[in-house]
Amino acid sequence: MAKRYLLQVVNYAIFMVLVGYFSSAPAYRHLAEDQAMVVLAFSHAGQHREPCREVSAEEMAKLPPNMRRPTECPRARSPVTVELLMDGKPLLSTVAKPPGLFDDGGVDIFLDTTVPAGEHQFSIRMNDSVRMKGYNYTHEQVAVLAPAQLLFIDFNTEQGFVFK
Amino acid sequence: MSAAPIKRAYLVLENWFNLSFGSWNPLYHLGTLTFFFFWIVLVSGIYLFLFFHGSLDGAYASVERMTHEQWYAAGIMRSLHRYASDAAVGTILLHMFREFALDRHHGARWYSWFTGVPLLWMVVTLGITGYWLVWDQLAQYIAIGSAKLMDVLPIFFGSMARNFLEGALSDRFFILIEFLHLLGQPMLLVFALWFHVRRLSNVSINPPRGLAIGSFLALLTLSLIKPAVSHDPADLTTVPQVLNLDWFYLNIYPLLDYWSAGSIWILTIGITFLLMILPWVPPRPAGAAAVVDLDNCDGCKQCFDDCPFDAITVQARTDGARHEREVVVDPALCAACGICVGSCHASNPFRKAEKELKTGIDMPQLPINQVRTMTDTAVAALTGDVKILVFGCNHGFDVTRLNSDDTIGLSLFCTGMIPPTLIEYALRKGADGVMVAGCRHADCYFRFGNRWMEKRLEGEQAPVLRKRADRRRITIQGGAETDHNVVEGALAAFRQELSRLEQVEPEESPHG
Repeated sequence: MAKRYLLQVVNYAIFMVLVGYFSSAPAYRHLAEDQAMVVLAFSHAGQHREPCREVSAEEMAKLPPNMRRPTECPRARSPVTVELLMDGKPLLSTVAKPPGLFDDGGVDIFLDTTVPAGEHQFSIRMNDSVRMKGYNYTHEQVAVLAPAQLLFIDFNTEQGFVFK
Repeated sequence: MSAAPIKRAYLVLENWFNLSFGSWNPLYHLGTLTFFFFWIVLVSGIYLFLFFHGSLDGAYASVERMTHEQWYAAGIMRSLHRYASDAAVGTILLHMFREFALDRHHGARWYSWFTGVPLLWMVVTLGITGYWLVWDQLAQYIAIGSAKLMDVLPIFFGSMARNFLEGALSDRFFILIEFLHLLGQPMLLVFALWFHVRRLSNVSINPPRGLAIGSFLALLTLSLIKPAVSHDPADLTTVPQVLNLDWFYLNIYPLLDYWSAGSIWILTIGITFLLMILPWVPPRPAGAAAVVDLDNCDGCKQCFDDCPFDAITVQARTDGARHEREVVVDPALCAACGICVGSCHASNPFRKAEKELKTGIDMPQLPINQVRTMTDTAVAALTGDVKILVFGCNHGFDVTRLNSDDTIGLSLFCTGMIPPTLIEYALRKGADGVMVAGCRHADCYFRFGNRWMEKRLEGEQAPVLRKRADRRRITIQGGAETDHNVVEGALAAFRQELSRLEQVEPEESPHG
């Protein structure tokens, strides 16, 4: 009987060691000591694929009063192409297709990557219209990243790209 | 018959725990231990909730206060909350491994397995939301990781991960997580647990008291030796570098550093799918369900009480017989164990000695009449000074390996299938002793077969062994496929005991 109790103590000790250890170990290194992270994240609706057209007075008259608008825009929107370069080399890029059955939704972009800490030259360019060649939004900025720093690059149509 | 490698490995582990715990073997109580750990989690969680501030600024500070300023109460509660949660994942994984290794997930038992797999994910996600509430760097890490995983699902508008960037998070986040962790997920879990055990009867949710006390003391000791602590507070302008992950719950997150969120979903869903279809892989024919013979059923409902899988129901008599009730078998739920045959007092082999023995509920593939014939044949073939008949089951030790001139093993679906009168019958027909060698003690492939058998022999559960049967000539020694030494040793000891009886009481023949 004493042997059985002793074995039980051994088993409970093993149980404690297993639970206690794996509840917080082994430690996981998510980010190297000299690394920082860059996150490019924003919501944006691409421009309409086709230009809006003016509605004539005759057409307007045929519409119910609550639906009369001076312009009519096709629903489909352009994909959003964005590229982030660091020190002249591509770092992040994507072409985000507008969601929705009629390609009429805004896109949500969330891209992240780790980079070495230190000073870097960032260039961002974005195209949000299939009717336009090249990039209609560009931004250049130098940023000094501390180890473990998270550089959040946001975008809105009023301010363009914003480093946070 | 040799055990498959996985089963053999499991049986070694089980044997080790049998040496240490006997019938308290934690492997026999993994389901109830899991329930017990949840009770600890529930009680400690309610206590922690009293002191928790569910806000962006208050969450971390309140957890720190509990951990350090009130270490003797809330601090211990926090550690118990974490360690009991971790232990629950351990028992769930072992529970799954055990059912798989012992092949207890096929046939009519598919339901418990199938409904059990999602439970694991429910428990894991419950733990994940618990970690969010601390709002330290670990919470930040898993919150962003979870958001990335959710963002690839086509069910949300907008980017959830973007919410965790500086300035986008508010206290409403905590209200959502508190609701999920404290109410939504636990309620869903309880509901799913009810589904999980729905096709089982006599479900126990409490482990043996000694095992519960021992487990609790172990967790309490661990809480005192190594209290659960937080990481540094969450800071959304930085990225956590080193994380002390709880690998019971958070093991999937490191994959996000190497794989896309979509790949992780494919992996997770793939593993879940494979686990859930296991009961049908490989396909195998189900055993024929028990059949009720109303001409021999008086509606005593003992089979209803004994059925481990809730396959039998009782209803008002439909055949106009004078009895009040009758039983009905649902073939979809019947695991074909035959325990009901052993429960039926009409399965008495002394009845209709010259005719076909019919009972109230029988197994079409091995009717009780055939079992009686097998018994007759086996006893008649026994020779030697001490003739022993061994009843075994198809899932424990292979009793036919014991066959010799003076010993014959008969393997049935389950030892619970044996009516006590059959043992008395074997003794009366010429056996000097009967050994019942089903699954290991306190364990049974069909949940209760050997337990009911023991109770019947001890006179604790109908149908009981009649007093005229010499109990000294009956022994029980369960054993798994790998337990040759144990069963053969017990047989040798039993033979010796029977020899001694023959010498002491030569005139008292058991043969009537």
